[in-house]
Amino acid sequence: MTCPYYQDITIPSRYPHAKAVEDRIVLEAQQTGYDEESIFALRLSLEESLTNAIRHGNASDASKHVSVKYRITQDRIDVVISDEGSGFDPCSIPDPTQPEFLSRPSGRGILLMRAYMNEVTFNSKGNRVHLVKFRNHQAGSQAS
Amino acid sequence: MQTGGPRIAVSQDGPITIAELMDEEILEENIIEDIAESLFGLVQEKPSLLLVLDFHQVKHLSSSALGTLIRLNKRIEETKGQLKLCGLRPTLYEIFTITKLNRLFNIYETRELAMKGI
Repeated sequence: MTCPYYQDITIPSRYPHAKAVEDRIVLEAQQTGYDEESIFALRLSLEESLTNAIRHGNASDASKHVSVKYRITQDRIDVVISDEGSGFDPCSIPDPTQPEFLSRPSGRGILLMRAYMNEVTFNSKGNRVHLVKFRNHQAGSQAS
Repeated sequence: MQTGGPRIAVSQDGPITIAELMDEEILEENIIEDIAESLFGLVQEKPSLLLVLDFHQVKHLSSSALGTLIRLNKRIEETKGQLKLCGLRPTLYEIFTITKLNRLFNIYETRELAMKGI
């Protein structure tokens, strides 16, 4: 069954809660018939974005919350993840594939999201990300 | 996915230590921390560690796990050891190519080839 309306979940900034949301969205995408490649991309991108929201956005403060809105249809998956942090400028993250940044242990989450999802957009404050995955659509140029 | 027990299976072949990752998903922070503790423990136990890290059971990996591998590689290099990765399925290897970390790590198709590379 597919629902045209956004499902809305709010969780505390704790990884087990994020995992439960991730599992729920992935299961619904599987039940809607998305292929293994799309599910792989979705799971990875959810993990990266939820980890960013908890660790960087809310600074792992359990009193702060993460909002997850999602909609899964036959044609596309939309997930909007918001945190209570002060936001960031995604353009300020250095390109981790450049030789001088290659051995940095962090800063690859957004790169992976952009590679595996069809659209990744941030609000102007930088505390909300909107992920889109189309059915039967090749992933972003970096993954192709 | 494995939920309990050891995160890595360690064996020895002559001077080479082989660590097989036992989880299908290395995404969650607690799993990554457990694996990091085990692997950094090996480095601490054996200076100049010759380590082959076998991924053949792993289906998912996050950027946080990549960060742990980068720190591990750095630590091993600092102690004049070597780290070789092997057994990555194509979907996992793609993560290394997207991030260009295939240029940082020595990656082999099989455990045998990785051991020969040391």
